[in-house]
Amino acid sequence: MSDPRDNVQEEFLAEAHELVEALSRDLLLLDEAYHHDTRIDPNLINEIFRSVHTLKGIAGMFGYKHVGLVAHALEDLLDDLRLGRTSVEQRLLDVLFDSVERFQRLLALEDPQSSAEDSGVQAYVAAIRAIGLQPEEEADDPLQRYAIEAAVLSVLTEYEEHRLRACIREGLKLYRLRATFDLTAIDDSIESLREVTRDDAEIISYLPSLEGGNEDSIELVVLIASRVSEAELKAHFDGRYGIVEPIAERTHLPTLPPRLTSVPAAAMSMAPQPGEDPGQASLTSVANSVRVDIRKLDHLMNVVGELALVRGAIDRTVNRFKAEPTHRQSLMDLDRIGRGFERQLAELRTGILDVRMVPLGQVFNKLARIVRQAAREHDKQVRLVITGASTEVDKLIVEDLTDPLMHLIRNAIDHGIEPAGERQRVSKPAEGTLALNAYHKGSNVVIEVEDDGAGMNAHALREAALARGLLGSEVSHELTRQEMLNLVFLPGLSTSSEITNFSGRGVGMDVVKTNVLRMGGIISIASEPGTGTKITLTLPITLAIIRALIVTVASRTFALPITAVREAIPYSPEAVRTIQGREVITLRGQTLAICDLAGLFGFQSSSGQEGRFVIVGSMGNRELGFVVDGLIGQQDVIIKPLGKSLSAIRGFAGATDLGAQKVALVLDAPALFAEYFEGSGALRSLGARP
Amino acid sequence: MAHHALIVDDSSAVRAFVRASLEDAGFARVQEAETGFEALRLLASNAFDVVIVDINMPDINGLELLAFMKKSPRQQDARKILISTQVDGSDAKRGTELGADAFLQKPFEIDELRSLIRGLLGSAEEVSG
Repeated sequence: MSDPRDNVQEEFLAEAHELVEALSRDLLLLDEAYHHDTRIDPNLINEIFRSVHTLKGIAGMFGYKHVGLVAHALEDLLDDLRLGRTSVEQRLLDVLFDSVERFQRLLALEDPQSSAEDSGVQAYVAAIRAIGLQPEEEADDPLQRYAIEAAVLSVLTEYEEHRLRACIREGLKLYRLRATFDLTAIDDSIESLREVTRDDAEIISYLPSLEGGNEDSIELVVLIASRVSEAELKAHFDGRYGIVEPIAERTHLPTLPPRLTSVPAAAMSMAPQPGEDPGQASLTSVANSVRVDIRKLDHLMNVVGELALVRGAIDRTVNRFKAEPTHRQSLMDLDRIGRGFERQLAELRTGILDVRMVPLGQVFNKLARIVRQAAREHDKQVRLVITGASTEVDKLIVEDLTDPLMHLIRNAIDHGIEPAGERQRVSKPAEGTLALNAYHKGSNVVIEVEDDGAGMNAHALREAALARGLLGSEVSHELTRQEMLNLVFLPGLSTSSEITNFSGRGVGMDVVKTNVLRMGGIISIASEPGTGTKITLTLPITLAIIRALIVTVASRTFALPITAVREAIPYSPEAVRTIQGREVITLRGQTLAICDLAGLFGFQSSSGQEGRFVIVGSMGNRELGFVVDGLIGQQDVIIKPLGKSLSAIRGFAGATDLGAQKVALVLDAPALFAEYFEGSGALRSLGARP
Repeated sequence: MAHHALIVDDSSAVRAFVRASLEDAGFARVQEAETGFEALRLLASNAFDVVIVDINMPDINGLELLAFMKKSPRQQDARKILISTQVDGSDAKRGTELGADAFLQKPFEIDELRSLIRGLLGSAEEVSG
């Protein structure tokens, strides 16, 4: 008989690595909470326990003996921790942190049973076991203070029961929420329920009942321990989810059956709640905020775009009648109504944009953790100063910002800010300062990451670029200091650790730049040796509206996002040369490849025409000139996605309504660059393959 | 015999492991649920012969699912196996009171699972694997 394990070994390794990563992430949060004396979230400890617990279970099944042994010892320790039998302390944290690397190593072993690991694992397990218990005094059982139904108590796991006791001990009041959930959406509903209660209450358990449920829905009896008053809790829940009612506190304490006694079958059904009227209760809902899927807002924004088109159509019809004097009064009325419509439409658009905005503080809080973590890893003293946390920006941008900012911060701490001793030698305060500043500037938001560290070594960057063949030696001597600093964004330069170390910057700066560009932003560097470095990101406030350059190609109108455009210059056919089959011009001594958009899209080329332009686009460190027939101007546009049937066409980011009855396709600059540079490049490399 | 089983465990490795064992033992249909909610959805609309549930899951736990199955007319014939571990031995005891027919202690061996299922379904029905 075959061993089913063979087929699922991969599944095991994938899950084991995920668990170890989750463990590592959660331990950092725990460490941070401990060192900053903030309340340690019991959920966090439970999550850590659960990761180790699951790892232990699967390691045993798949023959990873050492992983199992270590996980088992940790699990016992964490179980004591989550059940309140021991508390977080430095030694415990150290042991837990050690486990991450150890798990990773043990999972990578060729032979998971290898006896070479025996002694090391035994010593580590002994170290875990050496962390002693601090038994907790239990005067009376807090559970007895409440009249909780036996049916509810009987389904609590040991951990849930512990949390329940702990909550009562902390003075939280207990409530029962009876709510019916649509089975298809129950996960989301529970998630939103948890979100609502996050700071105010703890959800202890969910008991499914059969009353009020069918194949499509189910009633849950949710046991909640609340920090806030009954009225506030009702405001959160009543009507939206179901009905909240307090669980009665006992005035005198009867002897409860001890844990683990059997529950009579009769007690299994929920006690009926007299006097309950769901209809009436639902009228008391007074929640004043609501969570919305951002896609719904995108949809609304599209509807606004559609309305603008409708308005254009009305205008056209009105104009047709303008020639006839008999309708003069009606036409004036229509004009007035049209202007009112336009105003309301603009207001609607602003309103929807406003809903999408969230304060940058959300991402800054995450970054604060990274700062502490990176400072600890590198044994440096770093003070984080944040300004402008309330600056608002589109939710989608906030989400995409986290990674680039995390890179920048890590770089600033890894390579910018010097160790305390070194700083003191050059008369700087031992503690380095890392500033995160955010502010609005026109229709952009500016985010600065500034450190008072050693600054970047521009010459080292140039040497590195030369050594990697990313820079020709003849060009390298003409570079200004700023141009040398910008070399840090070259792909391929920042991947080498030795370069990273002496350039003082580097890890993934090309990736950071690409991400920022993708959001339609720009990134710039200012750095002074010995004084520090400032990286500035300038981003659009929203992705829903962008500034675009409106151009014409073969009598058709297109919009090109302004963030991809560096400049526009007049096109002169006589300046065009051909190198390796590609058309180029010379711009300020540099060769610039050009691409006739008419040709690219297969339109009749207007090469003979006068007054054409080259739009110089830049993407990363590449530049490309797009030849167009005419420039109309700049305009804010809402990008609407192309319909399903057109979405596969490359080169267009969507369509937009330019007002005045005009619709234009929005060019997708990154795709055009890719088409031009990599499209044929990829084919060439395929052809070269043996 | 066309046995129909449900595995509820938040570990995909455990689910894959149990599924492989069940299919090996001749189960015609094996369904999986990663969360208690998914399990509720499946329990509301299917009658299972065997339900294997992990006790420790986020949100709805294994005990809550057992309590639900005990009351659910569809699951009256289902054999219920609770997966537990040493640390929560007392949880396992609660499981018995809620109608669990058998226990598997993590980590378990394939043979343990096979013989358990054989025992629960009756040896006459066993399909050689």
